Amino acid sequence: MSDEFKTAHLESDSRFSYTITETGENGVLIRFKGVLDNHTAGDLLDSISSEISGRSPRTAAVDLSEVTYMDDYGAAAVHHIKRITGTVGDTFQIREPYPENGRELLDDPVFDGKQPELLEKKRRLGPLITRLGETTIEETKHLGFLLVFIGSVVMAFVKIGANPKKLRIGDTIDHMEKTGVAALPIIALISFLLGSIMAFMAAIQFRQFGAGLYVASLVGFAMVSELGPIMTAIVVSGRSGSAYAAEIGTMKIYEEIDALTTMGFDPTLFLAAPRLIAAFIVVPILTLFSNLFAIFGGLMVGVLMLDLSAVTYIRETVEVLSLKEMAWGTGKSAVFAVLIALIGCLQGFRASGGAAAVGNAATSAVVRSIFFIILFDSLFAVIRSL
Amino acid sequence: MELLTAIEVKNLSAGYGDSMILENVGFYVKPHEIFIILGGSGCGKSTLLRHMIGLEKPISGSILVDGTDIITCADMDFCSVRRKIGVLFQSGALMGSMTVGENVALPITEYSGLPAEAVKDIVKIKLKTVGLGDYEDHFPSEISGGMKKRAGLARAMALNPKFLFLDEPSAGLDPITSAEIDDLIISINETAGATVVIVTHELASIFRLAHRVIMLDKEAKGVIAEGRPQKLMNESDNPKVKRFFNPNPEKANKSNGV
Ligand SMILES: Nc1ncnc2c1ncn2[C@@H]1O[C@H](COP(=O)(O)OP(=O)(O)OP(=O)(O)O)[C@@H](O)[C@H]1O
Ligand SMILES: [Mg+2]
Repeated sequence: MSDEFKTAHLESDSRFSYTITETGENGVLIRFKGVLDNHTAGDLLDSISSEISGRSPRTAAVDLSEVTYMDDYGAAAVHHIKRITGTVGDTFQIREPYPENGRELLDDPVFDGKQPELLEKKRRLGPLITRLGETTIEETKHLGFLLVFIGSVVMAFVKIGANPKKLRIGDTIDHMEKTGVAALPIIALISFLLGSIMAFMAAIQFRQFGAGLYVASLVGFAMVSELGPIMTAIVVSGRSGSAYAAEIGTMKIYEEIDALTTMGFDPTLFLAAPRLIAAFIVVPILTLFSNLFAIFGGLMVGVLMLDLSAVTYIRETVEVLSLKEMAWGTGKSAVFAVLIALIGCLQGFRASGGAAAVGNAATSAVVRSIFFIILFDSLFAVIRSL
Repeated sequence: MELLTAIEVKNLSAGYGDSMILENVGFYVKPHEIFIILGGSGCGKSTLLRHMIGLEKPISGSILVDGTDIITCADMDFCSVRRKIGVLFQSGALMGSMTVGENVALPITEYSGLPAEAVKDIVKIKLKTVGLGDYEDHFPSEISGGMKKRAGLARAMALNPKFLFLDEPSAGLDPITSAEIDDLIISINETAGATVVIVTHELASIFRLAHRVIMLDKEAKGVIAEGRPQKLMNESDNPKVKRFFNPNPEKANKSNGV
């Protein structure tokens, strides 16, 4: 029997040490000494696994006769040596005598690898095909939820039509302020910058042909028909769509919506209708402001870079903007507003579980509404080209 | 004419997704009774309560509240039973964006048709009853857990409901407040004649309040005992029922002089 003695004194806790001895043909014996508890177990495993790594002993034995105290962490560490050494079944042995309080801990059935059967629970990670199927089923359920939700929104508006008092006016005004007034500064700033950037880029190109004046029509036309509605909608979905989802989602997980239902309120009428109406009113107005500020941004560039007079610039802009163009852009933004509010509320109502569900609801509200805004914008473009 | 049963649950099977929580449960609640639902944690008490107030659709079975099927009623827009029901949720479920006073005022404004000043007076009365007279203008986030429970109770009682459903009204409260809530429940029951259905674990409350109890069990997925609490404690043969009423047998035997 060749003896190679190594003693590691663990720095973090000197109450504990161990020795590794080689035994017989290709076996190891690990002797523990001292206190084997939750303070020492982690360092112990680190240091043992670094010593054992590289060797693959055929048998492993553990001697705990000099352990003065151990807890469940110690027991878990002892059993983890099985994994470190790669020994299973009979090739791993805990030698008698066991420490005084250790027998029950070491013999815990958890360490046999045979855990009690878990309660039936949806297993998240299956094979790809299964997951694909599950996702499809899940999405189909969502589709059902979507239809029910849209139905309830329609019903809510029918009820409001029959009795306008049912709409919570105070809440609606509140949301108009939060969605509209509070968003104005950021919309104004972004639009102004966007307008000047556009004008700047256009000016560089157009100047070569002496067609600087067309900068005005480009900025005006692009903003009013496309960029104004889209940019406003994206900002609003980030600011307010996510807020709708988070507010309603929080109410859902704290049973507040259940409480509303039992008090005889229609949650859609109570929560979704004010938000929908508020968004429907303020988003087109925001869009108009956005257009205005972008044109103003363009004007600055036109005047400073192209030496155009402000009057010429404005005249050129007005020329290109027909009333129809304005109505088309504004109408689009109203549709985007409805999309944002619907998706935000829907994601909120769908939340279930804990705080994470609220976060997910807010995120997916933003992602989905941006997707649908772009999708609908493309549809509008197609419709218009017909 | 007064119905013989205030609430009747027939062959109710309920669950979430694929997992069955209650199977073929049947019982009834008499008018003006304080009826308590007992059982270990996770056995489905809240689930049963949510079905009884029409929040959840059962897999099968029916539930009659005041002679009306609450399940089909839940789908209808105008459901008169709703007005007769007051609910206290396990978490209180106050609207976080409204003050305590506004929370209590919510159902009153909606249904009473009273002018705003009168609504305010009623709110004050209700809040005083639960000992929250000074907290009308506080938001739910500004009051303690026990106070939220009491505010929830005030809201549940707002319309002087004929049926009061309370999910763990005194869990997490100190013994004194808890006893005060018990008193309150008794007085609502006696003076207004409300039928009260309570989910609770508190043995003290059970003996103080209950006219009748049922005990649910997780394994049985249904009712394992029914009757007066005193009687269940002394006469039941079911070991689970015995354990519930005497969690510590030796001590109980000594104090009973057995
Ligand atoms: N929304 C849900 N989705 C899935 N399962 C649920 C849901 N709510 C409850 N359950 C399950 O239903 C069972 C019963 O839950 P319930 O809330 O009715 O218990 P309880 O008797 O009220 O317990 P406690 O005394 O702890 O409040 C639990 O096993 C729980 O896992
Ligand atoms: Mg519960």
